[in-house]
Amino acid sequence: MTSPASPPLIDAHELTVRFGTVTALDGLELTAQPGRVLAVLGPNGAGKTTFVRCVATLVRPDGGRLRVRGHDVVREAASVRRDIGLAGQFAAVEPTMTGRENLEMTARLFGHGRSAARRAAASVIDQLRLADVADRRTAGYSGGQRRRLDLGASLVGSPRLLLLDEPTTGLDPVGRSEVWDAVRALAATGTDILLTTHYLEEADELADHVVVIDHGRVMAAGPPNELKASIGQDVIDVAVGSPELLPAVARILEHVTAGPARLQPGRQHVTALAPGGPDQLAVVIGRLGDASIAVDEIGLRRPSLDEVFLVLTGTGRVDSKRAGPAMPSLTAAGPAGGSS
Amino acid sequence: MTAIELPARPGRTPGLTTAAGQVALRALRKYLRTPGLCVMGVVQSALFLFSFRYVFGGAIHTGATRYVDFLVPAYVASIVLFTGGGIAVAVATDKAEGFTDRLLSLPVSRYALVLGRTAADSTTNVWSILTTAAFGFLFGFRLPGSWQDGLAALSLCVAYAVVFTVVFVVMGLYAPSAQAAQGMSLIAFVFAFISSAYVPATSMPGWLQPFAKYQPITPMVDAVRSLLGGSTSDVGLALAWSAALVVVLAPVAVIRYRRP
Repeated sequence: MTSPASPPLIDAHELTVRFGTVTALDGLELTAQPGRVLAVLGPNGAGKTTFVRCVATLVRPDGGRLRVRGHDVVREAASVRRDIGLAGQFAAVEPTMTGRENLEMTARLFGHGRSAARRAAASVIDQLRLADVADRRTAGYSGGQRRRLDLGASLVGSPRLLLLDEPTTGLDPVGRSEVWDAVRALAATGTDILLTTHYLEEADELADHVVVIDHGRVMAAGPPNELKASIGQDVIDVAVGSPELLPAVARILEHVTAGPARLQPGRQHVTALAPGGPDQLAVVIGRLGDASIAVDEIGLRRPSLDEVFLVLTGTGRVDSKRAGPAMPSLTAAGPAGGSS
Repeated sequence: MTAIELPARPGRTPGLTTAAGQVALRALRKYLRTPGLCVMGVVQSALFLFSFRYVFGGAIHTGATRYVDFLVPAYVASIVLFTGGGIAVAVATDKAEGFTDRLLSLPVSRYALVLGRTAADSTTNVWSILTTAAFGFLFGFRLPGSWQDGLAALSLCVAYAVVFTVVFVVMGLYAPSAQAAQGMSLIAFVFAFISSAYVPATSMPGWLQPFAKYQPITPMVDAVRSLLGGSTSDVGLALAWSAALVVVLAPVAVIRYRRP
């Protein structure tokens, strides 16, 4: 299935979708090869969900072309549907039915006969470790269990391409790690996976290939490491002993790097992209000394996917002359706002 | 975590009846397992009937016919107009909660989706019709003619149930939200009330009578009354309206599933 002669997993050319006056996808170009976990990353409103819905044949493009495993999503929608499994932002399971009933129903709708549907459901229950709750109505499931069942429902037909639209949005950390484990296990079987997320950490954890989109266009694409290298800047990362020091450190970083500084949530760290590399690091160390600010740790490192994302989507560009403490802004819209 | 072994791939896509059956089975399970749907629907229709029969009935003059005998056939014929809002809400909710997306992403015929939904909701509507008819007898209704005539009238009510189901499915599919579907379904009340179902249309003001006379519900309930009395007047017109509504609206529903 993944021989060089096989068509790309996804082949989008000038893909355009409009909803009234809103352009959700604006000439999107994307080619993805099979055999990898592909993450589509972008802020809310970037067009991620619209893109997945196009791949799932739920939205018809207004312009351009989209092929999934060589099949056109409009003219050969039936062929595309035979190849895909969709698990959405909302766990689309029937709450008044048990997990097993949900899976057997979906298996029948994928085309399995009665006994094959029973076997497929049993196998998925077993593999996704849902045996304890399989015969209970899903209304009583935890968020993570429901999401795993939803994932299972997309698997009973053994899709060649699994589409996961924000698979962990709204889950607590336990639920998120349960879903991550399941996705990793699936990737290990060779199922092609396309997932959308606005959690950078999720893309970094799960994907071999990341496509950053914003305003319906691809901003950058590549393996996470290449993306991190592509912005060509390192990050100065300063850790301090007490939170009162953070605003002063942030001001120094912003002054030296002429860019925004960021408070890393939950940790007493301030970071800033340093176009000047080690020279700027030296200046920062000098300024911190002048101001008699004691730091726990200071260094230059490769940017995280967070930082790459913020640079690419423009949400990281704030007015560097702005006084006062730097704003914490990671997965939120960011100080520049307006991107969603 | 070790790799997951997926089940075998199905060799074919599901047939129309299999797919429709699964869609219907799920909708029926939801209905039967949600007390608010299967019990409250019956309670609601009984309360409405009680109110008309014992509260308003005394003030409504229907000539030589007892009001209960005037009311009950029409009420049974049009009960789905009152309970059918639930269908529109259920369809709109499926759309909002992603269930419809899941169905549409599967290799399933779009006709099967409409067929399954309609089959399930028609079944629950037949349940409403039967329980409502039973309450009608409990509240004093008596068949004017033979039991065969009664059965013919009941069959016509069942046919209407299918027609009204399609109407509410279409409403649910086009409503932007479940709340909107609830609101849209109130339109059915207008057709139910401004008809000959609950009061003789001749008692309405002159400007309202043309609407009451020419909208489909009036010939539909009049046909049920005719059949009970052993006549077939209005039956042809009622069946024509029923067929027209289904022929126009069923494709509209399929189109909506095809181009969501």
